[in-house]
Amino acid sequence: MCGIVGLFLKDKSLEPKLGAMLSEMLVSLSDRGPDSAGIAIYGAPSRNEAKITIQSAKPARDFRDLDSELAKAIGVPVSIAVKSTHAVVRTAPAKIDEAREAIQALRPDIRIMGAGDVVEIYKEVGLPEAVVDRFDVRKMAGTHGIGHTRMATESAVTTMGAHPFSTGADQCLVHNGSLSNHNNVRRELVREGMKFETENDTEVAAAYLSSQMAHGKNLGEALEGTLSDLDGFFTFVVGTKNGFGVVRDPIACKPAVMAETDQYVAFGSEYRALTKLPGIDNARVWEPEPATVYFWEH
Amino acid sequence: MPATKLSKAATQDHASRIFDLDVSSLRELNQALHNLAPGSNETAWEVLHPKGSHSVAVGVDQPVSIDVRGSVGYYCGGMNSGSTITVHGSAGPGVGENMMSGSIIVKGDASQYAGATGKGGLLVIEGNASSRCGISMKGIDIVVHGNIGHMSAFMAQSGNLVVLGDAGDALGDSIYEARLFVRGKVDSLGADCIAKEMRPEHLELLQGLLDRAGITGVKPSEFKRYGSARTLYNFNIDNADAY
Repeated sequence: MCGIVGLFLKDKSLEPKLGAMLSEMLVSLSDRGPDSAGIAIYGAPSRNEAKITIQSAKPARDFRDLDSELAKAIGVPVSIAVKSTHAVVRTAPAKIDEAREAIQALRPDIRIMGAGDVVEIYKEVGLPEAVVDRFDVRKMAGTHGIGHTRMATESAVTTMGAHPFSTGADQCLVHNGSLSNHNNVRRELVREGMKFETENDTEVAAAYLSSQMAHGKNLGEALEGTLSDLDGFFTFVVGTKNGFGVVRDPIACKPAVMAETDQYVAFGSEYRALTKLPGIDNARVWEPEPATVYFWEH
Repeated sequence: MPATKLSKAATQDHASRIFDLDVSSLRELNQALHNLAPGSNETAWEVLHPKGSHSVAVGVDQPVSIDVRGSVGYYCGGMNSGSTITVHGSAGPGVGENMMSGSIIVKGDASQYAGATGKGGLLVIEGNASSRCGISMKGIDIVVHGNIGHMSAFMAQSGNLVVLGDAGDALGDSIYEARLFVRGKVDSLGADCIAKEMRPEHLELLQGLLDRAGITGVKPSEFKRYGSARTLYNFNIDNADAY
């Protein structure tokens, strides 16, 4: 099954509550997927800092002194905020790629969850409640975010197999469904130079979108491409630095419901994910049409 | 479920027995409905705060009326036999799935496969229905005030589907014997589904359905009828591509 949620705020006054609202939405869908859960939060941009979210199975060993070693390696200041098995590394935006490489060289066991100017990604094996508690997601502020609770069908139940998948700066994707041509698409993307960390079909969809956007398409155009180039069942919810998009395959058997008010756009696999949002009783609520791209940008 | 616990969960007033799903569990509600004996005086029920819950009022088999105040999730009123369920909100996938008799009225919209495999009774959707409305219907009558999505009445076997708005792609794909009446446009017809003549008996049947659904100001003559061309009943190699 899997459960997916997304929330794109229009009203700035709700931004301090983004983490709490998104957590509530995701926890309400726990019984759609008990294997793992994850959430991506887009926070406020900072002119002089970009972020890399990293994960380690041995955080005490891998995160200790990483900031000073990393700063020495890339020659600019680095800060690290540790949250359980994850940590957010902050450094100068121009040094982000260099920092990624240095992290992998200094600590080969660390996994990179995502990177960009604003995104932070937390995902682990376990139920949504446990995952949002572990990373204190409810206290996080932001402009938009997406979340996923996974019932594994296509690949292993591991931290890396959890969603969201991030394959480009500030880009990430959650997926309900299964793709049938992911191996072929993966081979094509590998030829283009994309790198993959898992055998997961969803990672291919995320990389496909990153590749399309790297070729100059906007989020809407990239999502349009999934309809002809990806085969299988899907409802995708996607975040970019300033955007939020939704698309369902032409058969559209995976459930989806959306709501829009003056304050937000929200997505849930089921209506019950939306029931605690402010003003939901008067929101425009609709089921997204098959093979139709929806997207919003700030 | 012991009666004492149930009486705590539900409060009784003059008119109806009220279940607040913020206070009591869905299982308590459904068990109380299943405990109804024939001839029970508890004929009016109200369900508060359904919050998109799954399986609200499934398997009811007594002629009671149930008003659900809010939107429900999957399978509301599934297998209904004789009760009248009104959803004062929208319904998730599979509302009224496998209904036997009675009626379900959805004041808002319905999600996918509304009325699937229904054998009898009446399902009225006052908003729009989504894809696969009436899939494999087996005798149920479905009346939709708004539009229906793609692949509706797929493999429909018996019963009537009335749509006041438009129908999506592949209406009536692989249909057997159900009658489909659509007032608006149909994006496309599925395999073996064709437009058919509206004869006096169909106008009469349709008027009866509109009356039962409480619809006024709409004439049966505004609808087109669709049904089975019956070319796929027996396997014929020439039709292989259509299966």
